[in-house]
Amino acid sequence: MSASGTEDRMVRTPSQPARFDLGFLQSRSVRLSMIVVGVILAYALPLIRPPFLTTTDSDFGGVMLEAASFALVAVGLNIVVGYAGLLDLGYVGFYAVGAYTTGVLTSQHAHWPFLLALPVAIAVTMVTGVILGAPTLRVRGDYLAIVTLGFGEIIRIVTLNTEWLGAAAGIKDIPPPPSIGPNQIGSDQDGIFQIPHLAWHGLTPLIDNQHKTPFLVFDVLDAIPYYWLLLTVLLIVLFADFLIKESRVGRAWEATREDEDAAELMGVPTFKYKLLAFALGAAIGGLAGSMLAAGQAGYINPTSFLILLSMLFLAAVIIGGAGNRWGAVLGGVLVAYLPERFRALSDWRLLIFGVTLMVVVYFRPQGILPPRRTRRAIRAQEKIEELEGEGVDV
Amino acid sequence: MDFAFLFNHFAQLTITGLALGAIYGLVALGYTMVYGVLQLINFAHSEVFMFGTFAVAWVVVFFHGTGQTNQSLFGTLGLLGLCLVAAMLTSALIALLLERVAYRPLIKKGAPKLIVLISAIGASFSLAEVMGLRDRIAGWFGLQDDLANYVSQARNVYSSPVTIDPKGLFDIGNYRVTDVDLFVIGAAVLMMVGLDTFVRRTRLGRGIRSVAQDPEAAALMGVNSTRVIRATFLIGGLMAGVAATLYMIRIGSTRQNAGFILGVKAFTAAVLGGIGNLRGALLGGLVLGVAQNWGAAVFGTNWQDVVAFVLLVVILLVRPTGILGESLGKARA
Repeated sequence: MSASGTEDRMVRTPSQPARFDLGFLQSRSVRLSMIVVGVILAYALPLIRPPFLTTTDSDFGGVMLEAASFALVAVGLNIVVGYAGLLDLGYVGFYAVGAYTTGVLTSQHAHWPFLLALPVAIAVTMVTGVILGAPTLRVRGDYLAIVTLGFGEIIRIVTLNTEWLGAAAGIKDIPPPPSIGPNQIGSDQDGIFQIPHLAWHGLTPLIDNQHKTPFLVFDVLDAIPYYWLLLTVLLIVLFADFLIKESRVGRAWEATREDEDAAELMGVPTFKYKLLAFALGAAIGGLAGSMLAAGQAGYINPTSFLILLSMLFLAAVIIGGAGNRWGAVLGGVLVAYLPERFRALSDWRLLIFGVTLMVVVYFRPQGILPPRRTRRAIRAQEKIEELEGEGVDV
Repeated sequence: MDFAFLFNHFAQLTITGLALGAIYGLVALGYTMVYGVLQLINFAHSEVFMFGTFAVAWVVVFFHGTGQTNQSLFGTLGLLGLCLVAAMLTSALIALLLERVAYRPLIKKGAPKLIVLISAIGASFSLAEVMGLRDRIAGWFGLQDDLANYVSQARNVYSSPVTIDPKGLFDIGNYRVTDVDLFVIGAAVLMMVGLDTFVRRTRLGRGIRSVAQDPEAAALMGVNSTRVIRATFLIGGLMAGVAATLYMIRIGSTRQNAGFILGVKAFTAAVLGGIGNLRGALLGGLVLGVAQNWGAAVFGTNWQDVVAFVLLVVILLVRPTGILGESLGKARA
């Protein structure tokens, strides 16, 4: 009672902005410094190799790379699902378009440098998104789910059956992003300088000079430089996402998602904004796909783009909290990281995943980190129910 | 592009397409009825079908052992009857379980559609994986050796040991129509007519239509919507069981993930015919089956799924309400 009382007062005081829980965390400077510390930690994590967190059965740098990659995709899908409220079950299709465009331009049919192919891949994916979205976004929302699902499958079948795209064998020898500094694979003079890893004896950290990561050389031996690159891209995308979400466009998405007819009546061109969300989401998917193609293995084939992956992406967004970019990041990291951490359970991974999905949406339909607006709405709803309950009692 | 093949085998492609489409149509009923009543994509319905196919194969193994034999359709009618009952019971049970576990709790809470869909996706994964891990699950009870015929190599293709040999009956064009073709198409049409009559004529059918039309008004008129929803899932499950039996008669083997693509196709069929429309489901299934076969003939079998999906997109653009329109709630239903 006392808690809801203070909350009441805070809401009703006009001068005070509506900030309720964990007040100090909401202050701008604290949040900013927390983000900075978090980012530095994120960069250093694969070097620190903290005990318990570090995966024992697979290369920790590689796992971190995958987690960052999932997080990037989840942030992209979050624009479509979380902001605009469009259900996209074929997001892996965009991922594949980005990856294959890069593969074709840098290895299969031309030898462009990666940095030139990347923007082209993003553009091609974006155009694909518009081509797919323009007709289908006009139909009812839930049909979109099935059309996108079909699209994801079509892309995979096309890559599987087209010799020009390498068919089942896929595309190999995709060059990595350009390195900085000297690069002789395996030599310990690579890069501008080398950073040693940490090794842990129990809880004592020791500097491990046997394993060093050269700054900044992209080769097949070390996943960490790829991880750094991807993390950087992720941060840039997150910042862009922040700018868009806080702009007129973000508000238009929110209005469209909550009530399309009302938004339309208020003068929001809903179709245009839905298409924009779809295209931007696609572009980020293409970006992630392009990074995958030019990744550590330098190899893609149709089995890298199973429709299952779409479901995992969607699950990442929903579990993390649709509509919250940090939720999407968290969801992406969890979905990529947990199965690797608990590799012993790998056979059961999908079953556990399916059950988790059902349990999570039952107990916490808003996800682990719901957007602030949803939290407010839930609280308002509880308040209304409380008041209505009182009314009935009287 | 091989149009000559299409024209030379036109009758064959059409009739086998109809038989395949009849199966799509029966599975599509599960999507279309649930959509009509709840406006939800019953994403896990494909697994309801998949469990049915396994029930068929298990019954055959149980009565027949694992020795491979070829038999004619009419020599196995008794066995097929048992398979049909088993498949219908299994599928109906899974459908009811699904409704109870994945749908009802969320619908009671008034969760948004997207959340219910995610729950259904989770249920779909879980069911497919339970089937794919059935050897390990049997292992918990120490039964993996006793049940080896049923559970071993759970992730691989699981075939029914009795293969049905189709018998040619008469010629259409240059294709000899087989008894299996006629049986599958006939059975599907029969089920459809039966279901259509049920929904139009019975009390429960009227309840289903009324909830589809206006859930609140139906509730005010004393229709128990929970019961109606359960009945809808039950009927969808029973039809999926029939579809599973027909599928096993034609194809003869199944897999833990056999439901997925077929489920997407069946949903396509439902949308094609007009979602919520029972007759539309069958019509959509038949159109899809035939179109896919023709497409496969022209572009090659690798592309048949692409043909099906492109057809869906085109239909949604040209006529978003499907061929017959959406109308579980309307009296025609």
